[in-house]
Amino acid sequence: MSRAIRIAAGQGFWGDWLEAPWRQVTGGAIDYLMMDYLAEVTMSIMQKQMSRDPQLGYAKDFVPLMERLLPELVRRRVKVTTNAGGVNPRACAEAVAQVARRLGLAGKLTIGVVSGDDLLGRLDQLLAAGHALANLDTGRPLREVRDRLQSVNAYLGAAPIVEALGRGADIVITGRVTDTGLTLGPMMHEFGWAADAWDLLAAGTVAGHTIECGAQCSGGNCLVDWQHIPDLANVGYPIVEAYADGTFEITKHAGTGGRISVAGVTEQLVYEMGDPGSYITPDCVADFTTIELRQRGKDRVRFSGIRGRPATDSLKVSAAYFYGFKAVGTLVYAWPDALQKARAADRVLRQRLSDLGLEFETILTEFVGVDATHGPLAVRDLEPRDVPEVQLRVGVRSPHRDPVERFTREIAPLILNGPPSVTGFAGGRPKPEEIVAYWPALLAKTEVQACVDLVRV
Amino acid sequence: MRRSRPRVKTVRRKQTVRLVDLAHARSGDKGDTANVGLIARRAADYPVLVRHVTAARVARHFKGMIAGPVERFELPNLRALNFLLHGALDGGGTISLKTDAQGKVFSTALLRMEIEVDR
Repeated sequence: MSRAIRIAAGQGFWGDWLEAPWRQVTGGAIDYLMMDYLAEVTMSIMQKQMSRDPQLGYAKDFVPLMERLLPELVRRRVKVTTNAGGVNPRACAEAVAQVARRLGLAGKLTIGVVSGDDLLGRLDQLLAAGHALANLDTGRPLREVRDRLQSVNAYLGAAPIVEALGRGADIVITGRVTDTGLTLGPMMHEFGWAADAWDLLAAGTVAGHTIECGAQCSGGNCLVDWQHIPDLANVGYPIVEAYADGTFEITKHAGTGGRISVAGVTEQLVYEMGDPGSYITPDCVADFTTIELRQRGKDRVRFSGIRGRPATDSLKVSAAYFYGFKAVGTLVYAWPDALQKARAADRVLRQRLSDLGLEFETILTEFVGVDATHGPLAVRDLEPRDVPEVQLRVGVRSPHRDPVERFTREIAPLILNGPPSVTGFAGGRPKPEEIVAYWPALLAKTEVQACVDLVRV
Repeated sequence: MRRSRPRVKTVRRKQTVRLVDLAHARSGDKGDTANVGLIARRAADYPVLVRHVTAARVARHFKGMIAGPVERFELPNLRALNFLLHGALDGGGTISLKTDAQGKVFSTALLRMEIEVDR
């Protein structure tokens, strides 16, 4: 069997454990460090930040993280693939380059920048040419929210990462590239997989899906036998050991906590799953019903048998648009009759909002401790008089700021003029929050050209 | 005269089981849709899940909690079923006002379901 390459997951989302990438790089031999920063909602957060400062719009934490990692990465010749670039990969790369120069790494590092995913500048042209960019969930055409759009990005695949690595990049910083492409890209580059080797591309895609959420496949957020998963305080993040024939194993560094088992890995495989027979990426269509898993030793699961089909001729597009405002207020009610008191407070609050003539798109009440996670399913199994405490949690949403702002002033008065045994208002008045919503669509691949630039440090 | 016969009654012994005892699960989101992957703890339990945990049964279980239909997909290779619960997240993502805006714990809500199985 040919040499394996080792791709280690360092971040599963923007805000993941800062120690994980350091431990992945220094805890044993790896070839690549893969860091996924972008969830559907993340792009809209970055968009907000760039609208305040044109030098931002990427995962800011990535820069100080690289400051810590760069000397080790260079010394150990570990390459990095990451979509930390968010809506501004160029600014992210420049910030990393600046840090690298300060560390005395000038001449020792090449950063690849993948862009071309940003469609906002060309949007009117695309719409005029007949691309409706209809919402995949609702079918509505994108022009309905045209004047409220804040970003429009296509999901790029592994190809531009392969190009960047082929041109000598040590660190590849991308905008909206699929999570799976960050893992598939290094495999295609190292093994020379063809762009139409569908089974191999599907295998790399499944590997990417397995590790894209970091420790979620190595013991974190794992329900099966969770009480006995060892040493989560030192949880080991996953590593793919990939072979040229498309088989791979998921493992982690020796001496780390967590667990890699068939059952735990299966939980991650079904996470955010749609039709498992057609897992569609820009690179291929992977068939998750062909995956064969086998425990190959402690903390080591082998994947084989994965089949894929040709990629579709469209790319997924993610648009972010201004939707309105929301706010959430909370109060805590104590025994006896905690739930009844919270319910009474909710009725009082709703009547006051109504008497003020405030109109909302939605008012949502949850009783945390009773029904916030499992709704009526949990209430059925409950003895309401025994509940020791309940958090009343009321959220409102409106296209307009004013009613939401007024709502935030109606929570605190309930402490003195509503039902008794109430506490938990230390956080102060809730703040109205702008809602930037997500609009998924499809666009013909021929309309999108990925772009790879190199920044030599 | 009619001869009395001993009455033979075939008693099919049924047992009520909660899914939490047969399966584990993980859930996530895509927009306003929550997905729940339901995984049999033992290989022998997978056919039980396939037979009893139908899309219609899951839709009844979540009545009042989801606004849209339920779809089911089978993954016998992973002894798992994948359910898509449409209209489950009050708009989903940034729009949703729910504590569980991203459907992270719909998984364990499904595990509350009870099914009647042959003993």
